[in-house]
Amino acid sequence: MDLYSEIILDYFKHPRNKEKLAEATHEAVEHNPLCGDIIKIYLHLGPDNKVDKATFEGQGCAISQAATSMLTEQLSGKTLEEIQNIKNEEIYDMLGVPISPGRVKCALIGLVCAKKATDQQIKK
Amino acid sequence: MFDSKQIKTAFPILKRQINGKSLVYLDNASTTQKPQSVIDAISNYYQDHNANIHRGIHTLSEEATDAYEQTRTHVARFINAESPDEVVFTRNTTEAINLIAYTFGETEIFPGDEIIVSQIEHHSNLVPWQYLRQKKQAQLKVILLKEDLTLDLVKYRELLSPKTKLVCITGMSNVLGTIPDLKIIIEEAHKVGAKVLVDGAQSAAHLPTDVQELNCDFFTLSAHKMLGPTGIGVLYGKKELLNKLPPFNYGGSMIKTVDQFESEFADTPAKFEAGTPNIADTVAFKKALEFLEEIGLKNIFEHDTQLLDYAIERFKKYPEVKLFNPRAINSQIKAGGVLSFTVEGSHPHDIASIFNAEGVAIRSGHHCVEPLMKHLNIPATARMSFYLYNTEEDVERAEKALKEVIKIFK
Repeated sequence: MDLYSEIILDYFKHPRNKEKLAEATHEAVEHNPLCGDIIKIYLHLGPDNKVDKATFEGQGCAISQAATSMLTEQLSGKTLEEIQNIKNEEIYDMLGVPISPGRVKCALIGLVCAKKATDQQIKK
Repeated sequence: MFDSKQIKTAFPILKRQINGKSLVYLDNASTTQKPQSVIDAISNYYQDHNANIHRGIHTLSEEATDAYEQTRTHVARFINAESPDEVVFTRNTTEAINLIAYTFGETEIFPGDEIIVSQIEHHSNLVPWQYLRQKKQAQLKVILLKEDLTLDLVKYRELLSPKTKLVCITGMSNVLGTIPDLKIIIEEAHKVGAKVLVDGAQSAAHLPTDVQELNCDFFTLSAHKMLGPTGIGVLYGKKELLNKLPPFNYGGSMIKTVDQFESEFADTPAKFEAGTPNIADTVAFKKALEFLEEIGLKNIFEHDTQLLDYAIERFKKYPEVKLFNPRAINSQIKAGGVLSFTVEGSHPHDIASIFNAEGVAIRSGHHCVEPLMKHLNIPATARMSFYLYNTEEDVERAEKALKEVIKIFK
């Protein structure tokens, strides 16, 4: 079927940036109560106020895991405001497969979590 | 037995194509499909008989009232209640359970009292009791699950005490298919003076129900899980208990006389049915009961079990697959036709997506039983649940989809 493209399966089986980021400046957790999925996103803001490292942890379906992993690769170089302005369509384009209404939450959980993280600075 | 292929033809939706393939519907524990007779009964009611009930003198109102009350009488017979007055219509099982939590909870539960639930309860038979626990400073105790996915009734006996006021137990698990031994659970509860509420949302659709033989105090069911429309549920209660309870909602239809500042309430069941009810769907529910009775609940359960065993046999061949049903562990145990499973390396959501691409409708997620998922140490399962219109070919189609899952995620 179309949903499980080689790229998505590759990101699911070999996720990029899936690790805890000890030096994170921002972080957030997002649940999907429907399926029990959980995603945690870590951002590190560089001196130029742009994200220079983004990682994630968590568990979930192939779509949520691949989308979040791909997203973390896109976050570097962006300001917090630019992250807040990422549109849902950009995630669908990035995934490149048809996302049915039932899977929208899976596709977007990483983005929702990343936007939440921009608001949640870690107090050190 | 009966011919499930023939039965399938009575359900127009089962002729549908999904993703270019004929639909195989295996999500019956969520809701069941409706036979043509039920669908027709809804439109027939609105076309020829629609009127408000219990108030009009005109012909239509008399017809509507009669049809509505006929379903009540039919439900009473279906569950073998002593009288139709013991049958209260609600929106669904959840509302029926809440009715007891609010009314029985209000008058019978006090600080320090104990309510017992089991580890396999649907959220609808857990969260209302959590609410009561907090509101009344009551204790909530839990009957635990054993390794063989049946309940530990030895430990259950130890939970019972004179403080136990209510035992709330499912008739059949919607995740595991586990069928608790209700007779024993109820007998033991009564010995300490506790009342028992049975959540029959699953069991009423798949097993014969005899509330008098069970001797349960309350029994609940949802029409939509037994070929009937959505929006109709039933609370059965022993008449002397229902008579003692205060009303649930207040307003029209639930009164005898109303003065400016106070009112006298109607007798049960009207006391619990404030406002205009869901008349059309209640009327149509009777057709669903007739359909089930014609085939026979004993036969339906036997058919479910055959399909369950066939699915276990087909699915257990794959080392990646883990099955969650007592019969997958011990084929001597009686269990419902609900087969939860996981496939190593793939998430249940992905399993359900791939099944759907093959035209096979299954459920994935925690199935509204999060504490059980935590106990089993899994975030979610995929679940097939069988009913009278499912066939061995349906199981084979599911197996074909399973092979696809394994291929994609290997």
